[in-house]
Amino acid sequence: MATPRWIKGTMDWVDYRLPVISFVEHHALEYPTPKNLNYWWNFGFLAGIVLVVMIATGIFLAMSYTPHVDHAFGSVERIMRDVNYGWLLRYLHMNGASMFFIVVYIHIFRGLYYGSYKAPREILWIIGVLILFAMMATAFVGYVLPWGQMSFWGATVITNLFSAIPLVGEKIVTWLWGGFSVGNPTLNRFFALHYLLPFIIFGLVFVHLWALHTHKSSNPLGVDIKGDEDVVPFHPYYTIKDLFGLGVFLIVYLAFVFYAPDFFGEPDNYIPANPLVTPPHIVPEWYFLPFYAILRSITFDIWFVPAKLLGVIAMFASIAVLLVLPWLDRSKVRSARFRPIYKQFFWLFLFDCLVLGYIGAQVAEEPYVTIGQVATAYYFIHFLVIVPLLGMLERTRPLPESISAAVTKRGKAA
Amino acid sequence: MHRFLITAVTAAAVLFGAGPASAAEETAELPDIEWTFEGPFGHFDRAQLKRGFQVYREVCSSCHGLKRVAYRNLADLGFTESEIAEIAGEYEVEDGPDDEGEMYFREALASDHFVPPFPNDQAARLANGGALPPDLSLIVKARKGGADYIHALLAGYEDEAPEGVELGDGMYYNAYFPGHQIAMPPPLFEDGIEYEDGTEASIDQMATDVSTFLAWTASPELEARKRLGLKVLIFLVVLTGMLYALKRQIWSKVH
Repeated sequence: MATPRWIKGTMDWVDYRLPVISFVEHHALEYPTPKNLNYWWNFGFLAGIVLVVMIATGIFLAMSYTPHVDHAFGSVERIMRDVNYGWLLRYLHMNGASMFFIVVYIHIFRGLYYGSYKAPREILWIIGVLILFAMMATAFVGYVLPWGQMSFWGATVITNLFSAIPLVGEKIVTWLWGGFSVGNPTLNRFFALHYLLPFIIFGLVFVHLWALHTHKSSNPLGVDIKGDEDVVPFHPYYTIKDLFGLGVFLIVYLAFVFYAPDFFGEPDNYIPANPLVTPPHIVPEWYFLPFYAILRSITFDIWFVPAKLLGVIAMFASIAVLLVLPWLDRSKVRSARFRPIYKQFFWLFLFDCLVLGYIGAQVAEEPYVTIGQVATAYYFIHFLVIVPLLGMLERTRPLPESISAAVTKRGKAA
Repeated sequence: MHRFLITAVTAAAVLFGAGPASAAEETAELPDIEWTFEGPFGHFDRAQLKRGFQVYREVCSSCHGLKRVAYRNLADLGFTESEIAEIAGEYEVEDGPDDEGEMYFREALASDHFVPPFPNDQAARLANGGALPPDLSLIVKARKGGADYIHALLAGYEDEAPEGVELGDGMYYNAYFPGHQIAMPPPLFEDGIEYEDGTEASIDQMATDVSTFLAWTASPELEARKRLGLKVLIFLVVLTGMLYALKRQIWSKVH
């Protein structure tokens, strides 16, 4: 077990000049972590892994992809048929996008349930919201690249949203397109952006981790770390727990890749883009459906503000409201375990988001329109009315003295 | 924790079960065919692929292209190199320019992609009363219901439209097609072709065979994918089991 002296010497020599070794020791090995984290705390690590998988597969796909309206669809099919293991790279990338959102949505709802966004982790949370936003942009431009029917028409619908901006809307859309419709310049710039954005996400993730390591992980009890008895070193306790979680995750992810690779996709995207034929039913990818439902729910003008603009504002506001959540929720208690009423509303809110997702996939007719409007209204009522009121009115349960006190009293960790 | 898990799983099931509503809601329910290529051990029946290819060649190919498939890919169906050269040699492709700057026609080679029946979409529409027969390379992946849909469509023509349905000029009634009116005339007839392997060429047999062939043209990687998937998943299940045991052991010292 003992490290040979020459290795130790070399490591010391390097570390004195560039302290990478003590950095790893400090931030990955000895890094003190609450001993009571449950499996919901695995999803941040998983999101990081998926990001790396997406960048790795994406770079190899880019080597064989042609961002031109006449060749994009064909080049993707060439990847699927003629590039060695091209089908594997492409299916990993395609399903990886869905997995990324599943993992990140769970990560976000974990934060909502356990109050991970509260002081002193507000900036950590805000960076997380920015990562979500960057992910959505990346996924949107990425979906356009195969240049199928849904790529083209999805791009047309979503870029057209900007035309709702008063006065300059139409000009902005022309500028975004690089022409008077979604065309070759659009595809070119979307490819450039799709290559750029993941590295911006990578940078944001670095800052996210920086903020995390400043005040350490929150935990299911939501009480602060008070001493050494509350924590365990990250290695081996959480390295092994994360690796086990990764194993379970990979089984799910790869089961889709190998056995149902088109499960999350739309058949229409295997039809080459055709600007002259509109698909009967344009739907975004599943991870955008709740936001799409919010966008479409505003069907009425208010005063002089047209419905379309209101819809766009509502959609962006639905994400932006998360940025101010740390100040909307005034409750000093973090974890929903000690907030009996908030806990009920959390589940109601999750249910509301799923309803929105369901509505986003339906055609715009009754009863879906009304359900969508109610669900959209509730989405904002949750953040703007219920959460602030609960922060002031809710009678919370007594918090345990410390993590270790709670854990030992109950005999086992959560 | 358990409640959280159960709720999350149920919620996910609701979310993913709720596929987008089809725009052609009234199309007839597809008969569920048991394909050899379904499931984790799915594979293609080589004899069936060859029969399906024969149906494509003798029936479909007069109107429908297969441009993403190359003649060399037919090796997957069990054709030998010389058979492939012979099949390709029946078609001509434009090549060039030659040393004198002229374009010329030559016999197709194994490396060429399937030669389309029409030089362009306009020619295809002209020959088909204004309708455009789609390229079939990806048709199984590009339609809801996949091979089930293709099979149902091909075998599901009815001689006469039900009462009250006005068919457009040159249109045929098919309950499986969105809108129920299709420009493609019924392509398959009992014993319309003579199978090289002697199988009886019923409409259902031909529809099943050609749907299988088109499932292969859409996903030629299917067998390799499922074989690799099985190995990968077995490896992962064992690895994850061992990681779990290790996790239990390491954590047994805490609490």
